[in-house]
Amino acid sequence: MLAGSRPGVGKAATSRRLAPLCSPSPGKSKEAEIKRINKELANIRSKFKGDKALDGYSKKKYVCKLLFIFLLGHDIDFGHMEAVNLLSSNRYTEKQIGYLFISVLVNSNSELIRLINNAIKNDLASRNPTFMGLALHCIANVGSREMAEAFAGEVPKILVAGDTMDSVKQSAALCLLRLYRTSPDLVPMGDWTSRVVHLLNDQHLGVVTAATSLITTLAQKNPEEFKTSVSLAVSRLSRIVTSASTDLQDYTYYFVPAPWLSVKLLRLLQCYPPPEDPAVRGRLTECLETILNKAQEPPKSKKVQHSNAKNAVLFEAISLIIHHDSEPNLLVRACNQLGQFLQHRETNLRYLALESMCTLASSEFSHEAVKTHIDTVINALKTERDVSVRQRAVDLLYAMCDRSNAQQIVAEMLSYLETADYSIREEIVLKVAILAEKYAVDYAWYVDTILNLIRIAGDYVSEEVWYRVIQIVINRDDVQGYAAKTVFEALQAPACHENLVKVGGYILGEFGNLIAGDPRSSPLVQFNLLHSKFHLCSVPTRALLLSTYIKFVNLFPEVKPTIQDVLRGDSQLRNADVELQQRAVEYLRLSTVASTDILATVLEEMPPFPERESSILAKLKKKKGPSTVTDLEDTKRERSVDVNGGPEPAPASASSTPSPSADLLGLGAAPAAPTGPPPSSGGGLLVDVFSDSASAAAPLAPGSEDNFPQRAFPKHPRISAGGSEFVCKNNGVLFENQLLQIGLKSEFRQNLGRMFIFYGNKTSTQFLNFTPTPVPRCGLDSLTRTHLNLQTKPVDPTVDGGAQVQQVVNIECVSDFTEAPVLNIQFRYGGTFQNVSVQLPITLNKFFQPTEMSSQDFFQRWKQLSNPQQEVQNIFKAKHPMDTEITKAKIIGFGSALLEEVDPNPANFVGAGIIHTKTSQTGCLLRLEPNLQAQMYRLTLRTSKETVSQRLCELLSQQF
Amino acid sequence: MNLLGKLIRFILIQNRAGKTRLAKWYMQFDDDEKQKLIEEVHAVVTVRDAKHTNFVEVTPAPILSAPQFRNFKIIYRRYAGLYFCICVDVNDNNLAYLEAIHNFVEVLNEYFHNVCELDLVFNFYKVYTVVDEMFLAGEIRETSQTKVLKQLLMLQSLE
Repeated sequence: MLAGSRPGVGKAATSRRLAPLCSPSPGKSKEAEIKRINKELANIRSKFKGDKALDGYSKKKYVCKLLFIFLLGHDIDFGHMEAVNLLSSNRYTEKQIGYLFISVLVNSNSELIRLINNAIKNDLASRNPTFMGLALHCIANVGSREMAEAFAGEVPKILVAGDTMDSVKQSAALCLLRLYRTSPDLVPMGDWTSRVVHLLNDQHLGVVTAATSLITTLAQKNPEEFKTSVSLAVSRLSRIVTSASTDLQDYTYYFVPAPWLSVKLLRLLQCYPPPEDPAVRGRLTECLETILNKAQEPPKSKKVQHSNAKNAVLFEAISLIIHHDSEPNLLVRACNQLGQFLQHRETNLRYLALESMCTLASSEFSHEAVKTHIDTVINALKTERDVSVRQRAVDLLYAMCDRSNAQQIVAEMLSYLETADYSIREEIVLKVAILAEKYAVDYAWYVDTILNLIRIAGDYVSEEVWYRVIQIVINRDDVQGYAAKTVFEALQAPACHENLVKVGGYILGEFGNLIAGDPRSSPLVQFNLLHSKFHLCSVPTRALLLSTYIKFVNLFPEVKPTIQDVLRGDSQLRNADVELQQRAVEYLRLSTVASTDILATVLEEMPPFPERESSILAKLKKKKGPSTVTDLEDTKRERSVDVNGGPEPAPASASSTPSPSADLLGLGAAPAAPTGPPPSSGGGLLVDVFSDSASAAAPLAPGSEDNFPQRAFPKHPRISAGGSEFVCKNNGVLFENQLLQIGLKSEFRQNLGRMFIFYGNKTSTQFLNFTPTPVPRCGLDSLTRTHLNLQTKPVDPTVDGGAQVQQVVNIECVSDFTEAPVLNIQFRYGGTFQNVSVQLPITLNKFFQPTEMSSQDFFQRWKQLSNPQQEVQNIFKAKHPMDTEITKAKIIGFGSALLEEVDPNPANFVGAGIIHTKTSQTGCLLRLEPNLQAQMYRLTLRTSKETVSQRLCELLSQQF
Repeated sequence: MNLLGKLIRFILIQNRAGKTRLAKWYMQFDDDEKQKLIEEVHAVVTVRDAKHTNFVEVTPAPILSAPQFRNFKIIYRRYAGLYFCICVDVNDNNLAYLEAIHNFVEVLNEYFHNVCELDLVFNFYKVYTVVDEMFLAGEIRETSQTKVLKQLLMLQSLE
């Protein structure tokens, strides 16, 4: 089959006619082909324009030629009308070519759309199954909104009508699916929905196959309405998996009964939690066991098609088992099965086993079982030839890592990193950094690991990694001497990465004294070592080193003259870079005028970083309502700050004392947290990197504002705390200042959402270079993958005075998250550069789907979630009047179902729902108990995932 | 609102030189995007050999790594000089689509009596019909070879 070059003579008449147009013989040039085609196009055009009316056959012939020419890659700008004419022909071939032309060369010409829709309408009404099929396929292929408007009512009728032929039903089901995807608002649910569910029982497996796709998509959006599909799908699946390999005849593929339908049914079941009805549940468990058993049976055929089809079903069954995450026995069996595949000779199977095992590693029931395969996985890292397989091995090692095997896994990843493909290095670096920190028992090991990372893959070590090692060294006095010694040794290397110079400079500036006793690392040696790297470094690193030098002046009075000489040098005092120049001037002056005591105070060792600071700050920030954002006073301050947001330094006075930007970040109340922008000019970056713990990042400057001469710093753009008011609603004004108003409209469904952002120019002057960019943020301890995917198109860079532009952001929630994304907006207004950053109110609860349940169910589940990590409770004072109706509205707005008559105490509120992310679905129960006397609330969240409980509790607590 | 969720993004048949023999798009792409996708698929698929998997998660390539493509993967199989590629959601079932390709190829082979590349070129309008019988709206429509071939023969008799 497809074995090669049979002489190129087609069978049908069309083929012969087309032959001369195609694949020019070797000697002929591209120009010759174009010439020939232009000649043919001219010929066809003249035929179409000719006085003589063409008969259907000729019309079809020429339209078909046009299509062929188009598919060869040439533009076609005529023939649409002739193609539309073909639609009303009564001959199948003419109609088919007409429809094909329309499907391939869709034209939005409204005149034609009307004619096309008319022809489709006639064909749908023709009762000729062939014509109906062509019309339905055309709708499914084009799927435009106009078509949805015209046919969204008709297609469901065809689908459920008793006398519709099976093949037409198949097409109608998928046609409806396409219309529903394009324009869900135009496809109203109705009587037909329950009849569609019953198509799962249809005799014709092709109809079941098409219907399952439709139901799966509809069920994702309307889980309640399609709930009955669960038991039907289970019984259909059960009949398939228990059938003998020949029972299903046409639908048996290489001895596997209906593999694709099985996969689809298993996917449908993944839209729902495990069935509640014990009988259904038992039957499903049996099915899954049968599928796992079959994997152990000897193959019925040696063909790869047989094993692929069988394993397609097996992998989907394992996905369902993982999705339910409730049957320890099945999870462990799945893991053992995948373990066998890890050593299979088929690369595909090894790849898929690694991928699937990764999700198993996160289930408490199978984590231990996954860990037993560590050696095989490490071996895969070393021997697999396909980089994507190695990548999966890295992912799996990361997922199976815990305290017991962290040292081994980190060592293996580090050694793999030496030869790893460039495309995955950064990811591995982050993974190693996270694992090293998370499971560090011995901080010397941690420091070694990070320094190794920088040595092996310095370019891929992002800022947050080296910030973190410094934070940890500062907070652990038992590791400081070791760190100083280690960085000193690492800096001896003739060529070392700039990131190492940064870490080295910082650590020696703080703790160089701990190794200064050794003559091999005396103060002067330390200084000379660092200064030998100075000239090769970028400006931010040089700025950091200057701060190290002034710290040395305090630590080691004997090197003061040497350092003063350096600071005094023209290359510092007259440096073209303002930041460097200013540091040199100020440090030189400081070292000259200040007494030893003052120097010692000013350049004191950095205080420890508050542990867990980021979560504390997150709370602080959220407590500051959105009111501060739109406050005029703030707006003014923000503008003065924003003007300086560019690379130019601000006047020194602008950053004096707790800067307005820091305050707006909600850091004002942070007790004694040293606040000071970082020395590098990439201030904004730090905010991103550390998300809301900006102050945790800031004191990385070797010196904090509290005890350090004021310097001018480029300001990072302010991130306003983007309102908690949006937690329970989706529309409103997000931000407003004197120039700009930002409005929002958003909708969320399952794990996806769409946000319309409206930017209004309030002035009468144009905004230029208007670039709004939504960026997801991830906290440092978050994993390397993004939790949110945001996609958007750039908006028109010019916004006229008084005009409004719209931007659509498509949102996908990959896994649960805490950090809301940030919307960075930059534009030029009247010659000044404006910079606004606002939090986008995309919070975890937006991906909530309400679930109704009875009182009995509720409390049964409540009891099941009794593990202490699953519950998060918060007792807090009411911030608003305690009104029952408003509270109810807020709970519903929050996204969960409000369950009435469930709690024995009618004053309490209980809710239930499912948080949908791409990777998992988490069932959530909540209970809010008001205490009117005390004006307090107690809020309890129980979910199967600690982070979800935590986050939902935080979000909802702010609302009352 | 998983409306764009699980569906086939496109089906491509290319020869080793990168010439497209069939392109069926199930999502809206503009012409430039289509052209770039075609080129990128060719670039990632042709460098792979038998030791590689039949799946490519296309992260490094520019267009495919743009946010809207990050969740896609290409499942492909090579037959003689032709690559049959299906682009699906990253969470979709790899083996099911790999065999869907084979099922499709077996139907083509039967229908064209030992199919070759030129059959696909000259009978492009028939190939589109075969595709629509087996895949519609980005979903698998019919998997029974017997049923598909019966329908195709019936349609042929109308010609």
